[in-house]
Amino acid sequence: MSKYCQAVGWHFEGASMEKNRGGYGLVEGKILSVCLVLFVVLVLLPSMFRVSLGISHIYVKIVVKTLEWATLQIEKGVKKQKALVLENLTSNGIIQREEASMEEEIAGQRRGRFNLADVLYFSKKGFEAVAEDEVTRRFSSEELVSWNLLSRTNVSFHRISWQLTFVWVIGILIRYCLLMPLRVSLASFSMLLLVSATTVVGQFPNGRVKRWLSNQVQMTCAALGVRCLSGAVHFHNRENRPQKGGICVANHTSPLDVLILASDGCYSLVGQAHGGLLGLIQKSCMKTTEHVLFERSEMKARHLVRKKIREHVADKTKLPILIFPEGTCINNTSVMMFKKGSFEVGGTIHPVAIKYDPRFGDAFWNSMKYSMMTYAFKLMTSWAIVCNVWYLPPMVKEEEEDAVHFADRVKAVIAARGGMSVLPWDGGLKRKKVKESFKQEQQKKYCQIVVENGTVGNANVH
Amino acid sequence: MTSEAGACPLVGGASLCACARGLAHGGGAGAGWPFAEPPLLLTVSHSQITRLYSRFTSLDKGENGTLSREDFQRIPELAINPLGDRIINAFFPEGEDQVNFRGFMRTLAHFRPIEDNEKSKDQNGPEPLNSRSNKLHCKKYEPSYTIAFRLYDLDKDDKISRDELLQVLRMMVGVNISDEQLGSIADRTIQEADQDGDSAISFAEFVKVLEKVDVEQKMSIRFLH
Repeated sequence: MSKYCQAVGWHFEGASMEKNRGGYGLVEGKILSVCLVLFVVLVLLPSMFRVSLGISHIYVKIVVKTLEWATLQIEKGVKKQKALVLENLTSNGIIQREEASMEEEIAGQRRGRFNLADVLYFSKKGFEAVAEDEVTRRFSSEELVSWNLLSRTNVSFHRISWQLTFVWVIGILIRYCLLMPLRVSLASFSMLLLVSATTVVGQFPNGRVKRWLSNQVQMTCAALGVRCLSGAVHFHNRENRPQKGGICVANHTSPLDVLILASDGCYSLVGQAHGGLLGLIQKSCMKTTEHVLFERSEMKARHLVRKKIREHVADKTKLPILIFPEGTCINNTSVMMFKKGSFEVGGTIHPVAIKYDPRFGDAFWNSMKYSMMTYAFKLMTSWAIVCNVWYLPPMVKEEEEDAVHFADRVKAVIAARGGMSVLPWDGGLKRKKVKESFKQEQQKKYCQIVVENGTVGNANVH
Repeated sequence: MTSEAGACPLVGGASLCACARGLAHGGGAGAGWPFAEPPLLLTVSHSQITRLYSRFTSLDKGENGTLSREDFQRIPELAINPLGDRIINAFFPEGEDQVNFRGFMRTLAHFRPIEDNEKSKDQNGPEPLNSRSNKLHCKKYEPSYTIAFRLYDLDKDDKISRDELLQVLRMMVGVNISDEQLGSIADRTIQEADQDGDSAISFAEFVKVLEKVDVEQKMSIRFLH
């Protein structure tokens, strides 16, 4: 140690002509080495051993306190102005819908008759749907109850008081100038690590060692990824974690779901093949583990996928499959129709509920509106990603149950745990039109009310 | 407060509040209703306009400030409604394929329940000799009857003919009832409602048939403040 100091000192004194440059370089080197040590100790090692140092949790608590203060400020400001801003805050919808069924509305006391007033039911439902409908609002970000000090959710809130404006500006500085560069550099490092490590491990011969190594690599990189977004994830009921040979199903909000689940377990993915950044990650992971990637739009792909799932599930040494039965990203306020494909193959289903806290940042990826890079940038400039993950007890399809009913059962369990509503609509309506058969169902229903004993009655005749 | 509302989507630059008042006195030919429009003043609030505007922009996939029929068809709950096409038609002025925000809001604002003070205004007016025509006079200004009548009367001749009634019936029942049965339903309905013997249902006859029905309740939509 002393020899080292001596050598350093000699070096410093010896280079008198380049004294300034040398001195400067040494200080820079010291800062760099300090950073490196900090990085390894605070970030890399905990990720590898999946230990939490609690830094993210402390940060999240600070943000919560700030947001609560902001809400109080807004409410105070609102009382001062007696403004309509309060209305924007408390009401989350445009209209109040009355949940009356067709029978109640049209039939009332009379059945088997047609009345000119029957159009009123359909027309009211139709105009209500134009004002606000249950389906399309799930394909865009959730509305917040109160402002979370982000510019993207700002609707003139910053003008309420100067304190609020001040905190908001500080928030912008912290998020864009401090947090974002840190997060971006950490994310790039994780990507590099993932690509290089999977290439190296991919060279190994297939066997237990390779499997163990690839698991470690994937879990470490996923944990790093979660950390770089200041992710504070609470895992509940970890004893119910999916076992080998099982199928893990969860509600889908964004590719982050995969990252979060992968940081706590190893899965074999089934999903849509992407290009760009996401495609690169997918290809790297394919080198060491078996994943099933397909094109959503191809009809033949479905049968192939089902076949592969069946084979995978039959082999008990293989990693559990992770699949999102909704088939597309939904905004985390409700769970939409679960496609029955994965519920037909007959394995054990391990449901997982994932619920994000929208105050800290919007985790929903609106792939129609934002590209992957824009979405990643938005994530990096949010406060944090806070979510709860519940591992639910495994479920099996019963004897007389059909796949659709089983899927609905699992969906109800997940929605109940995550505090989300259940919708029977297909998430695929994001991209394609609704089937004609649903309209025919409505028409049939109406006929059943209007027709009685095979005829449409007429009071005058009787 | 008004200056914070932001640019008005209807009249560029002016605040939304001022614009709401402007709409109130605007009136005139909008969505093509034959009867004079009830004033929109007091029926649509500032925050409701904001919400409806964000709804309008979320439906406007082409981002050109107007909605086409395809934009409406994209709403699943409307697409499965048997009367979906007629409802979409109600938004579009005569012969046009695009509707702007003004037209969109005007059509939806028709469903705002008529305020109680407006109702009492009619009753406090001078008593006409013929009280029945007074009731009809009131009814003419209630938009719910107008909209319901328009759903049947496609050619806007102020009469529901047998063909028009058949068309709507066919839309509502689909393929589940035969042509003859449907025809007899239409004939019976016209027979019951028709009072002046022209084998068609006029607006007055239509209102008479709907007397027992609480049209206000069935047709009004509760807008949240």
